[in-house]
Amino acid sequence: MTPDFSNSFPLRAARVHEVCGASAASLAVVCAAQAKGPVLWIRDAWRPETLNPLGISPFFDPAKLLIAQVKDQTEGLAVAEEALRDGSTPLVVLEISQPLGLIHGRRLQLSAKAGKSTGLCLIPDGMGSNAAESRWRCVPIYDVFSASADSTLQRWELIKNKSGTLGSWHVRWDAASRRLNLVSATGE
Amino acid sequence: MFDGMQRRVVSIWFPRLASDRALRLRPLEGPFALTLHQGNTNRIYCLNRAAEQQGLSRGMPFSDARAFCPDLQSRPSRPNEDRQFQLALRRWALRYCPWVGLEDDDGLVLDISGAAHLFGGEAELLMDMRQSLSRAGISAAIGLGDSRGAAWALAHYGEGRAEVGQALDALQELPVAALRLEEKTVTALGRLGLRSISDLANAARAPLTRRFGTDLLMRLDQALGQQPEQITPLKDPPHYGVRMTLPEPIGHSSDVMAGTERLLTQLCAKLHAQETGARVLCLTLRRVDQDNQQVELRLARPMRDAKRILPLFERGFGDVDAGYGIDQLRLEAVQVEPMPVQQLSHVSTGGKDRLDDLITRIGTRIGLENIQRFLPADSHIPERSYIIAPAAFSVPNSGWATIRSRPLHIFPPNPLLGSHDIPTPPKHFRWRRMSFSTARATGPERIAPEWWLEDDSWRSGVRDYWCIETRQGRRLWLFFTPQSPSWYVHGEFA
Repeated sequence: MTPDFSNSFPLRAARVHEVCGASAASLAVVCAAQAKGPVLWIRDAWRPETLNPLGISPFFDPAKLLIAQVKDQTEGLAVAEEALRDGSTPLVVLEISQPLGLIHGRRLQLSAKAGKSTGLCLIPDGMGSNAAESRWRCVPIYDVFSASADSTLQRWELIKNKSGTLGSWHVRWDAASRRLNLVSATGE
Repeated sequence: MFDGMQRRVVSIWFPRLASDRALRLRPLEGPFALTLHQGNTNRIYCLNRAAEQQGLSRGMPFSDARAFCPDLQSRPSRPNEDRQFQLALRRWALRYCPWVGLEDDDGLVLDISGAAHLFGGEAELLMDMRQSLSRAGISAAIGLGDSRGAAWALAHYGEGRAEVGQALDALQELPVAALRLEEKTVTALGRLGLRSISDLANAARAPLTRRFGTDLLMRLDQALGQQPEQITPLKDPPHYGVRMTLPEPIGHSSDVMAGTERLLTQLCAKLHAQETGARVLCLTLRRVDQDNQQVELRLARPMRDAKRILPLFERGFGDVDAGYGIDQLRLEAVQVEPMPVQQLSHVSTGGKDRLDDLITRIGTRIGLENIQRFLPADSHIPERSYIIAPAAFSVPNSGWATIRSRPLHIFPPNPLLGSHDIPTPPKHFRWRRMSFSTARATGPERIAPEWWLEDDSWRSGVRDYWCIETRQGRRLWLFFTPQSPSWYVHGEFA
């Protein structure tokens, strides 16, 4: 018996959450699509890959996305804290490349509480901080039965939750209606 | 002009303005010329006296000039900077009288009526001008007359001074070209035997008008003071700087803040009057020991609301070292933009203002141009189908059109290792040290390079893009280049 997805998924507001795994960015764009207002996405300037606005447009209008290119993680954390505390962006996405300490995580959490905006850290596996409200692992799944023309079937696993139970769900984004559909798991 | 005051006009001609400016920056000995690239040849734009004595002239092809004078030194000319220099000279000339205008692109005209006695008389005033110009290394010819035309004629032909009411006496020997006539008219007058101004003044007026039009006699009358001619003083640009000098030095950040608030209120009133908004502000704090501390604030959009700008300064104050105390504050709007008054609307814009303030605050930390947004662009090339623009200097645009699905992430193409050189997608491949096996492949979608743009990454020719669904779950965007057969990974779908 899997727990109810709606208890966990629109992420709790005014908290900082973490997501890891190969499809971590997918969870971030789904959250951004559900956010009411502009979204700030903080990424390291040295990363070779870039977000593609044409890939974003099935999820939400890229006009509401602001990108902050930061030099290193310290700068990124400072920008995230500033933006979370200000609260004019309901969602702040932060890409992390080094392990987060407890102090950093707690500071982010406090500023999210002050500004009532949600933070989402994209972390490499195992680099999260204990202060996170919830942690997800998102991996893409091969869909045996139907060709996925516009989105990938994914397994979203809640691997840490401070206020609720853990769980695992199969989801898929529906670009036409712009909503996330739960898919029942299938045997191989 | 009221009665009893004779109008007196000074005209200053800078015959070698451009080369004087260049030589002031970097002095040289010997013949020197500035060149201008015009109609596929380099021509001499301006030259110094030594070069003129060698027989060179303006407009001469530069290669000819080098043949005549092998030790000629040259630099490219910069007409824009010459213009700035002329404006600077105009500002300098304001010390003689408040009414200074520009004459063509190589001169100034000053209305010194009632101002000459401040320098001890007209002769002393002209002497003072000549001395300061020659000290600055600028060659100039100065003419003084009752009208703008007379002063111009005297500056360009003969350099002298016409006494009050004696314009014709001073001008009569000068050639007719001194009347600011067209080349054609001057030649035609020469054929008629009218070579000097006195010839022209004594000739019958009616036949001259019939032959040359009214322009000729209008110029003559303007020179002799019988027809008025205006001098247009340029408007000074508004100055956006305020300062406050304190009787006692201050050091507390709250005091500095309070001082800044007063200055900001003044500055914003000024901005409001001019309907402009500040984009970049610079606060200079002068310490007791004459050291200057600067706080620069770059705003995400033009603003003139003191209450909103003040908190944005807070972060900048953190780095200031007050030393023994600060005794002068100076606030300047370094960059301003027009900001017309706007109709208040019932639709709330509070969120937009807060977002702009946030961008400004983050911008003071990571640089304003590092906060970016995507704008659509018209291209099929994946990397060029969008533009990344600084958020502070662009407006959001929602014209995104996608026909085929595109990946969420794109990266510089990673070549697939191994012998993949056939156009059908590989069954198995390794990428980023992971092995994948293809389950479904959708494609190909052929994208041709934009030949009209130079792009190194598209040297390999057309690309056939495939969307590959792997058994491992990931959906990747691969392409094959038929003209130099190999496979690359270019992106990953969400």
